[in-house]
Amino acid sequence: MSTPKDISEPSYLDYKGRYKGIFSWIFSTDHKRIALLYLFSILSFFAIGATLGLLMKFELIAPGKTIMTAQTYNAFFTLHGIIMIFAVVIPGLPAVFGNFLLPIMIGAKDVAFPRINLLSWYLYVAGVSLVLISQFTGQGPPDTGWTFYAPYSFRTSGNMLPAVFGAFVLGFSSILTGLNFLVTIHRMRAPGMTWLKMPLFPWTLYATGWVQLLATPIIGITLLMIVAERTLHIGFFDPTLGGDPLLYQHLFWTYSHPAVYIMILPAMGAISEIITTFSHKTIFGYKFMVVSALAIAFVGYFVWGHHMFTSGMSGTALYTFSLLTFLVAIPSAIKVFNWISTMHQGSLDLQTPFYWAIAFIFVFMIGGFSGLILGSLAANVHLHNTHFVVAHFHFIVFGGTGFAFFGAMHYWYPKITGKMYDPRWANIGLVLFFIGFITLYGPMFYLGFKGMPRRYYDYDEVFHAGNIISTMGSWVLYSGLAIIIINLFASLKNGIKAPSDPWGGKTLEWTIPSPPPVENFNEIPVISKGPYDYK
Amino acid sequence: MNTPPEIHRDDLASKTGMWFFLFTEMLLFGGLFIVYSIYRFRNGEAFHQAAQELNVAIGTINTIILLISSTTIAMSITAIQKKDKRLALLLLCVTIFLGLAFLVNKYFEWGEHIKEHIYPGSAILALRGQGDVLFYGLYFFMTGLHALHIIIGLVFIAVITVKIYRDKINPENYILLENSGLYWHLVDLIWIFLFPLFYLIT
Repeated sequence: MSTPKDISEPSYLDYKGRYKGIFSWIFSTDHKRIALLYLFSILSFFAIGATLGLLMKFELIAPGKTIMTAQTYNAFFTLHGIIMIFAVVIPGLPAVFGNFLLPIMIGAKDVAFPRINLLSWYLYVAGVSLVLISQFTGQGPPDTGWTFYAPYSFRTSGNMLPAVFGAFVLGFSSILTGLNFLVTIHRMRAPGMTWLKMPLFPWTLYATGWVQLLATPIIGITLLMIVAERTLHIGFFDPTLGGDPLLYQHLFWTYSHPAVYIMILPAMGAISEIITTFSHKTIFGYKFMVVSALAIAFVGYFVWGHHMFTSGMSGTALYTFSLLTFLVAIPSAIKVFNWISTMHQGSLDLQTPFYWAIAFIFVFMIGGFSGLILGSLAANVHLHNTHFVVAHFHFIVFGGTGFAFFGAMHYWYPKITGKMYDPRWANIGLVLFFIGFITLYGPMFYLGFKGMPRRYYDYDEVFHAGNIISTMGSWVLYSGLAIIIINLFASLKNGIKAPSDPWGGKTLEWTIPSPPPVENFNEIPVISKGPYDYK
Repeated sequence: MNTPPEIHRDDLASKTGMWFFLFTEMLLFGGLFIVYSIYRFRNGEAFHQAAQELNVAIGTINTIILLISSTTIAMSITAIQKKDKRLALLLLCVTIFLGLAFLVNKYFEWGEHIKEHIYPGSAILALRGQGDVLFYGLYFFMTGLHALHIIIGLVFIAVITVKIYRDKINPENYILLENSGLYWHLVDLIWIFLFPLFYLIT
C-alpha cells in the first residue's frame, strides 16, 4: 500500500468514532477492536488460571499439606478448569485471532453481524463474572472440577449455581461467535474467492463454527438441567429419584469432546498459516488440509464415549468409541505430515512464530500419541483418572492450543499493533516456556503410569521425585510466560514500526497497512489465485 | 476524513444466521428429547399411567392455537410484502393474542397440577414412585422451557409490531419480521413434538 493512502485512512487504533476513551472500545462494533477486547480479557483470565495452576503445583511439591487444605485444592482445580477451558482455551484463537483476521483474510470489511459480535463479548464477560462470583458468595466455592459431574454437583454445599450458569452463558457467547463466523464465511468472501481459494485459518474457523453451533447447545441444556436439579430437585441425574448419573456424563461429553476440537482446529489453522509463510512455499496438500479439518470436526462428534471407558458401558459401545477415537488420529496425522512436507525444500525463515510452530508440532505429537494410548481400552482401565490423563490433555490443550496461540500472537503481532516485537526476548521466552512445559508435564506421564491419581492434594511418598521435577518445571514455565508477555507489552512502546508485510506472507492481511485501517480495504480485492501463491 | 464505517445490509445473511440459530435451538431441545426417550424406555408403565392424567383437551386447544398463530404471522409477512401495513399489524396483534392465550391455558394447566401437589420436589409426587417423578419433572421442565421460548417470541413480535407501526419495518426491509416468523414457527414446531410425547402417547 502506498504511504499517502495510509495518512488519509486512520488505522483502527487511531479512529475517532462516536465515543471517546474506553467507550470507543467497549461500544465498538469493529471486529478488530472486539478482538483486542477479547485478547485483553482472555489474557487476564489466563493469568488467573495460570497462577492457580502454579499454586496447585506448589502444593504438590511434597506429600501432605504444603500450602493449602484439601478443600482449597479442590476449589482451585475447579476454578482453574472452568476458567482455562471455558474462558481461555475455547474462545482463545477464534475470538481473538478469528475476530481480527477472519474478515481480513477473506477480503471483507467486518463480520456479518458486528453488533452480535460485540454482544458475544459482553456475554463472555458476564459468564466469567458469574464464575468468579461463585467463588466469593454462598457456602464456599465450587469443588466439583470443571466437569460438574452428577450427582456430586447437586449434592455439594459449594456454590454451584453461579458457576454452572456462568458456563451456560459462556456457551451462549461461543455459539454466537461461531454463528457469526459461519455466516461471514458463507456470505462475505471477496469476489473470486471460491471455497477452495480460501486460506486455511478461515477454513478451520469454518469447521470450528459448526462444532460451536451444533455441540454447544447440548452442554447448554445439560447445565440448565443441573441448575434445575439443584433448585427444583427434578431428578434427571439423581439415582435416588430414578435419574441416571451416567446420562449426565454422556450429555456432558457429547459437547465437551467436540469442544476439544473447538480448541485445536483454529490452532491447526494458525499453524498452517505460519508454516507456509515461513517456508515461503505453498502449503503441501491444501485440499487434504481442508478435508482433514472438516473430518476432524465431523468424527469428533462421535468419540465422546472415550471419556467414560471405566464408567460402565456395554462392550459394543466401548469398542465403537475406541475405534472412532483411533479414526480421529488419521486426519490429525495428515495435518502433521503436510506441515512437515511444506517445510521440505522450502526456504525456511527461522523467526519466532516458526519456532512456536515447530514446538507446537512436537508437543502436539506427544499429546496425540498419548491420546491413542488412552483410547485403547485395556490401557485406559489402568490409566483412567491418573496423572497420565492430566499430562495428555495439557499436552494437547495447553501444548497444542497454547503454543499455537503464542505462535499466532507473534505472527500477527506486527499486523495487529503496527510494531515489531523484540525477537531476542521472544526467543528466550519461548525456550524457557518450552523447557518448563516439558519439565512440568513430562513427569506426569510417568507418575500417572505408576498410578498417581489426579485431583488429590496429597500423594504417596513414592511419587515424590517426579512431583518435585514437575513443580520446578512450573516455575520455569511461568518465568518463560512472564518474559513473553512482558516482551510483547514492552515492544508496543519500544518496537520498530512494522511494514505491511514483514514476513513475506501471501494471504490478504499482508496486503493492507499495519495496523489495518478501520474499513480494512479501500477497495474489496478481487481474488484470482489460491491463497498461498509462492510461484 | 473520519467517515463512519459504512452500513452494510445483507438480508440473506440475516436469514442464514437465523437458520443457524434455529439449529442450536433444536439441539437444545434435542438433548431433552434424548433424556425423555431414555427415561420413557426405562419407566414405560409409569409414563403411560402419568400421561393419562394430563388434560388432553387443553393440550389440543393449545396446539390449535399455536398452529393458527403460526399462520397469522406467516400471513403478516405476505401482508407486508403486499404493502398492506394495517393488515400486517392486525395479524401480528392476533399472533400476540394467541400466544398469550397459550400461556394462559398453560398457567391453568400447571396450576391444576400444582394444586394436586404434583410438581418437582413435591413429597406427594415422590410417594408415587420414580417414574412419575421423572415424567412430571420432564413435563414441567420441557413445557416450562418451551413457555419461556413463547415469552421470548412474544417480546420479539411485540417489538416488531411497534417497528412496523413506526415504519422502521416496511415493504423494502422486513427481514426482522421474517426472522421472528422463523423463530415463532420453531417454537410451534417444538410444541408439535412435545404435545404427542406428553399428552397423546399413553
